[in-house]
Amino acid sequence: MRFTQFTGDEVQEALGAVGVDSMESLFAPIPDSLRLKRDLNIPAGVSELELLRDAKSLADKNDDCSKLTCFLGAGAYDHFIPTVVDALAGQSEFLTAYTPYQAEASQGILQLFFEFQTLVCQLTGMDIANASMYEVASAAAEAVGMARTINGRRRALVAQTVHPDTRRVLQTYADSQDLEIVVLPDRDGVVDERALEGALDDSMAAVVLQSPNLFGCVERLDRIIDEVHAHGALAIVATDPIAGGVLKPPGAFDADIVVAEGQALGVPLQYGGPYLGLLAGREKYLRKMPGRLVGMSKDRDGRRGFCLVLQTREQHIKRERATSNICTNEGLLAVRAAVHTAAMGRCGISTVASQCFDKAHYAAAEIAKLDGFELRFAAPFFKEFVVRTTRDVTTVLGKCREAGILGGVALKRIDDRFDDCFLVAVTEKRTKGEMDALVAALKGA
Amino acid sequence: MSTANTLEPNVASHVAMGSTRFPLQPSVLFELGSRGLCGASLPASDVPRLRREDVVPAELLADQPPPLPEIGELDVVRHYKRLSHRCFSVDENFYPLGSCTMKYNPRVNERVAGLEGFAHLHPYQDEGDVQGMLELLFRLRSDLAEIAGLPEVTLQPAAGAHGEMTALMVINAYHRSRGEHRTVVLAPDSAHGTNPASCTSCGATHVSVRSKEDGRVDMDDLRAKVDANTAALMITNPNTVGVFDEQIADIAKVIHAAGAQLYLDGANMNAILGITRPGDFGVDCMHFNTHKTFSTPHGGGGPGAGPVAVAEHLRPFLPVPQVIQRKDGTFGWCDDRPASIGKVRSFYGQIGVLVRAYTYIRSLGHDGLRDVAQKAVLASNYVAAKLKHRYSMPFPPPYAHEFIMVPRFDNSGVTEHDVAKRLIDHGIHPPTMSWPIHHCLMIEPTETESIHTLNHFVDAMLSIADEIEQNPDVVRTAPHTAPVKRLDEVGATRKPYVRWKPAD
Repeated sequence: MRFTQFTGDEVQEALGAVGVDSMESLFAPIPDSLRLKRDLNIPAGVSELELLRDAKSLADKNDDCSKLTCFLGAGAYDHFIPTVVDALAGQSEFLTAYTPYQAEASQGILQLFFEFQTLVCQLTGMDIANASMYEVASAAAEAVGMARTINGRRRALVAQTVHPDTRRVLQTYADSQDLEIVVLPDRDGVVDERALEGALDDSMAAVVLQSPNLFGCVERLDRIIDEVHAHGALAIVATDPIAGGVLKPPGAFDADIVVAEGQALGVPLQYGGPYLGLLAGREKYLRKMPGRLVGMSKDRDGRRGFCLVLQTREQHIKRERATSNICTNEGLLAVRAAVHTAAMGRCGISTVASQCFDKAHYAAAEIAKLDGFELRFAAPFFKEFVVRTTRDVTTVLGKCREAGILGGVALKRIDDRFDDCFLVAVTEKRTKGEMDALVAALKGA
Repeated sequence: MSTANTLEPNVASHVAMGSTRFPLQPSVLFELGSRGLCGASLPASDVPRLRREDVVPAELLADQPPPLPEIGELDVVRHYKRLSHRCFSVDENFYPLGSCTMKYNPRVNERVAGLEGFAHLHPYQDEGDVQGMLELLFRLRSDLAEIAGLPEVTLQPAAGAHGEMTALMVINAYHRSRGEHRTVVLAPDSAHGTNPASCTSCGATHVSVRSKEDGRVDMDDLRAKVDANTAALMITNPNTVGVFDEQIADIAKVIHAAGAQLYLDGANMNAILGITRPGDFGVDCMHFNTHKTFSTPHGGGGPGAGPVAVAEHLRPFLPVPQVIQRKDGTFGWCDDRPASIGKVRSFYGQIGVLVRAYTYIRSLGHDGLRDVAQKAVLASNYVAAKLKHRYSMPFPPPYAHEFIMVPRFDNSGVTEHDVAKRLIDHGIHPPTMSWPIHHCLMIEPTETESIHTLNHFVDAMLSIADEIEQNPDVVRTAPHTAPVKRLDEVGATRKPYVRWKPAD
């Protein structure tokens, strides 16, 4: 396939206008010694039909969650996506627009981002939010950087119950930023609150928590955040954006910065990305926020309009003194999340959250009745829970897979302390029949 | 001439924007709907409802649902449809946006990424379930390595700037492994803003290297600034003024002689695909912007992807996990890289974006990729040749895929911003402006535009040049056909209103 549109005659016409006789002359600045004197070792181009055959043959080698029943979670969830999300977010006006630096030519996407920022505030209980980050892990790393800018401290305490990918990304960023990461231990699936006081001192810029956490358990944010604040540190909470349908959002407990994986808001699983990081904060930290921010304004005729604001925080203006190096964010995923959240609305998000909660608890109770299976933790959970088994985890999950069920994530894949456990996520999409089939598969394992 | 004719150029089929289709000011989402409405339909729960208080402490339970909008499906559809009409997009408009490579985003990319088998894979599925996806990623990894002329590629970074940061971390890890602690990263003064910002994000000090009048790196200044504390030079080649710096091999020698690394910002790869390879001109490490070079959609500012290619000596430090082909021919993830910098992103990367990039590379093949570079460079030089009589060209041709020009303002009071805004009235997205030199416009037509579109752009620029001389006010007050006039951006930043508040 070729997407260029010059005919041979037009190439000649253009070369004539430039005043050269060959395409080669245009590349004269590239020294001959640096030229590639052969074809790239990549197959020659193909027609669309051949391309689709090739793509389909690869796609057909995969067994995805449209064929299998998915109880996998750990940061990526098989939620229902209303048809309007694909229909509206797939519009090429959104798909093929550039970053809205030119406000007059970008009012639609700017207004959409402004509304997205507001929806994120409504979901998290926070004052302000930006127009998205890459995903939750790098959003958490940016949040720690933001906290450090705010209070000038150089250490961060990160709960062991935070998703290991987030912890690893935090560590990678910290290694290059002269920042020390200290681990806050867990106990019975939640933060060990007794360890918290000892771990906190006035060198700690922030404490990073996740609730619902890696194990699906709900942290006692009401007590923990007070303790964090008592030591002058900022509380950064990673959360599930739909959990607010059942649980108080982190903003209700006075969190300073909230980050979240926005995938649950209308973004397909896509083998882990692209997703979108949500980042929300307190109004007073507005000027310390990384990433794009859209504000409402007026044009010279007094009409309502939208534009990027506080661009002097950003790399294209401030260069080495920017609050972050982020440039491209996740615009199109923010479109999906906005459409999804608008269509679901107050009632839909509450229903989704309630059904996740009820179904997860139904599945957990049924699994716990089986011989050789029990719930690993007693702490309250939202849509995900850890099962301990006396049998071999790989064998058990293999049996589920034979029945067309992705029964859970073997916990040892992400936390090697729990090699006899697996993590089960239950979304609103799962039916009682599917949960009973999971229970039957586990029973026969 | 009537006012209307003066204000609205003959835009023919290039009607500026949906403003004509939908002249009304759309409501803000939060002004729509009524209590109790819902735009989505969910089945009734088929399990018993638990009393929340029985299992969760009351202090942690929400006392009311989140205060979200309540809007019926049709009004949700109309709202976003109306917003979509108020956006410029590559599918409707020409975007000569320098350094951003706003080429056509082939529809087939979207179709492939949406295939069942790609779109609904969970990142924690077993490798046996995802062999086709892993094979695709492995092929892409190999293709990008070949295009870069460097042996290995990580697909993990989420965007170009994220790739830059990852690369700098890799370079730091390399220096540390040799017992060195180098803290300075050089970049020419014409570098993208992300370069110095990425330095800071990695704890390095950024030092700027002067460019000469012809846009090339000032070798004397480079030699003066390189020393044993230099970790790397970040360079863009062809650079941001649209010039291929033919000193690049010498630059590499200077950098390497000091024990530093040469990093290439791959933003301008479009101009050299299949013509020359960074690895062959001395680059140790580079990132790609898939949303520039490989046609993945910009989406109003993302998602991108920023794969990083490295030379052999940097391989041990790349992020984990890496997609590999095993001896038995199957594909998998390898986490065994003890010197790795770690992870820079959750899971494995922007997979859906990478599927699109793979699709594009497979569509074009080696022949099509070379054609991209040729036509991109031809288009840029053609437009420059057509405009050089009316606009100042600070750098001599031939140009790469983009070029810089400066409007002749004389005493008209017109600025480059006004020129850019006036282009909106012609249905053309404004170019990059005021960077890397004062008052300039940076024009990158891309290879996918027809000669007719390029001619339309040339005509628009010539008519604006006339207007600057004859009717500067019409330029100064542009745009006239957009749904809003110029916005009070200063006021919006002074008193930021970044969240809808019900009282308003």
